[in-house]
Amino acid sequence: MEVLKIATAGSVDDGKSTLIGRILYDTKSLTDDKLEAIEKTSKQKGYDYLDFSLATDGLVAEREQGITIDVAHIYFSTATKSYIIADTPGHVEYTRNMVTGASTSQAAIILIDARKGVIEQTNRHFFINNLLRIKEVVVAINKMDLVDYSEEKYNAIKADFEALMSKRDYQNQKITFVPVSALKGDNVVSKSENMPWYTGPSILDRLEALGKQDIFNVGTPRFPVQLVIRPKTDEFHDFRGYAGKVYGGELSVGDDVVVLPSQTKSKIKDIYFYDKKYQTASRRSSVTITLEDDINVSRGDMIVKAGEIPTIDKQFTAQVCWMDTKELTAGAKYIVQHGVNKVLAKVDTIHHKINPDYSGINSDITGLGVNDIASVSFKLNKPIFYDAFKDHRTNGSFILIDTQTNNTVGAGFISQN
Amino acid sequence: METIEKLEQIKSTAVINNTASINSLENEAIYIFREVAAQFEKPVLLFSGGKDSITLVRLAQKAFYPAKIPFPLMHIDTGHNFPETIEFRDRLVKELGLELIIRNVQDSIDQGKVKEESGRYSSRNQLQTTTLLDAIEEFKFDACIGGARRDEEKARAKERIFSVRDDFGQWDEKKQRPELFDMLNGEIELGQNVRVFPISNWTELDVWSYIEKEDIEIPSIYFAHTRATFVRDGMIWTADDEVVFRDDNEEVVDRVVRFRTVGDMSCTAAVLSDAADITSVVREIRASTISERGARIDDKRSEAAMEKRKQQGYF
Repeated sequence: MEVLKIATAGSVDDGKSTLIGRILYDTKSLTDDKLEAIEKTSKQKGYDYLDFSLATDGLVAEREQGITIDVAHIYFSTATKSYIIADTPGHVEYTRNMVTGASTSQAAIILIDARKGVIEQTNRHFFINNLLRIKEVVVAINKMDLVDYSEEKYNAIKADFEALMSKRDYQNQKITFVPVSALKGDNVVSKSENMPWYTGPSILDRLEALGKQDIFNVGTPRFPVQLVIRPKTDEFHDFRGYAGKVYGGELSVGDDVVVLPSQTKSKIKDIYFYDKKYQTASRRSSVTITLEDDINVSRGDMIVKAGEIPTIDKQFTAQVCWMDTKELTAGAKYIVQHGVNKVLAKVDTIHHKINPDYSGINSDITGLGVNDIASVSFKLNKPIFYDAFKDHRTNGSFILIDTQTNNTVGAGFISQN
Repeated sequence: METIEKLEQIKSTAVINNTASINSLENEAIYIFREVAAQFEKPVLLFSGGKDSITLVRLAQKAFYPAKIPFPLMHIDTGHNFPETIEFRDRLVKELGLELIIRNVQDSIDQGKVKEESGRYSSRNQLQTTTLLDAIEEFKFDACIGGARRDEEKARAKERIFSVRDDFGQWDEKKQRPELFDMLNGEIELGQNVRVFPISNWTELDVWSYIEKEDIEIPSIYFAHTRATFVRDGMIWTADDEVVFRDDNEEVVDRVVRFRTVGDMSCTAAVLSDAADITSVVREIRASTISERGARIDDKRSEAAMEKRKQQGYF
């Protein structure tokens, strides 16, 4: 069974919470007490249908305002997969939450209200999921019941969205269109009987069909060292292991490797997972590696395969999503956390702001406000070892930390050195 | 997430299928434990003797092997524990050679910092917070690792993996740091601390499946046993300890029960069950989830619903 993380994006009233509630209901993932509460509250509110949005809206403030204001995680499973939905809000001002939710997801669902069609918000939702290089996007054209399940309406919205697709940066992103009614349950989990003209999969069918190759980008293996393990016990007197998670590819015993930044060459001697040794560490496994040679390795160093050295540099240009109310300005200093590595960074140049609705760029700016996305160059106080984000989602991304408040104030996707 | 192939120990081409969701959750938890050890000076693992904290201990062992777990465990003891849990706790700590810190709610009561509740629903559950915050200050802990999960309730679903608390131990859900990709920002000011939840993304069934897969020992009260009990509000309470308030007219009956969660005796209800081993427990939980899903909503016997009510009523 695999885990698939899905980000959701939709504007207020597009029916996102209802869609998620519907998925939970139709996959029989709602517990009795939740269902009971939903039925009761729906009745109290005088609805003649079940208000599934009540299944997900957690915080009191949200329930009061009837909107979702933060990233919530929802869990359900089918016979083939475990799913985690990162439920992110769709307001303009919550771009940062959408970026956050999308950063840990492998697939995304973008909701469109069939009555409204593609609106400016839709552009933003698509832009962000494309920027984050989500491999699989399901575009759910919702509330089909309110447009008489019209094929013409669906086709018109699909055509509008396809016009957007020509502007996208990440062209290989797979996009599936599904006409749905979350409220009535059409094409969410089961195929709709109201839209015989639609021959494609339901949303869940599409997600169920995704294999590993559909959701993960295959890149080169990167092993950032989290911790040096030195037990200093009688049994493991000279043991010196490097604990970390393998990203992007596999590492095997006997591989010729290079340790960065020292660029010392060695070979992988053993790969431990707990008390057992393995021949190969797969991507995303948390292992401990020992090397043939006794060399100095510490946290923040990176073990890579010989001949697959990433860029080693004290500067880079990245697309930055700014998340703080205090502006980012040229000359300001931040901590760049790149994987487990932290370095001090200075904003060198803010090149231009990128309008996240595909309306172009804006070069006439001095600083970045919350939810702005811009191309920014940084200078670092020591070199880091990175790939471009398009080649390596993990090794091409970083966060920015405010040196005074310690808060995470931005996310970045490296475009070039 | 492909495969890890076994070397040496098993000569055959035995393959661990790492696409299994439990394995990917395990890898994530190990990563989080290592970040805690690297980013903080004085972490502590909050240990209650329940299945979630026992699972955390196993994950921590895996994260640091062959070195020992590089931080102590701490039990905030309400004094109302099931004796089986305390026995288990002491044995586990001894076997693994871990350091255990115990701080007692009774001491906070004696010092007049908190007031004991009285009456039929009295519990020391709420009082634990004061004892915990005092202990954090006493030892200057900067990271407290806990076994809370996002599937437990809706507000918890928004909690971060690294959750910053201010000087007063308060959680401000509006000021939460965004968590992007795998990156965990553990930068804090003096006086602040971070609550860390390595099994945030696990469900209850994931925890039980992991206990089964790893053959992890857990306290005996998780398995079916005969116990003197009484029923109140449709829930089954233990009758053989004075900390659980019982009216004289509440009849004591021997029942075959087990506990699905293990906390303060005064607020932990039992469920009728004949699941006497881990395989039966996992099967029971899986089945109860299914029957719960398929069952009519007026089926009050659903034990998960009962557990949820307990959570809603007490927390």
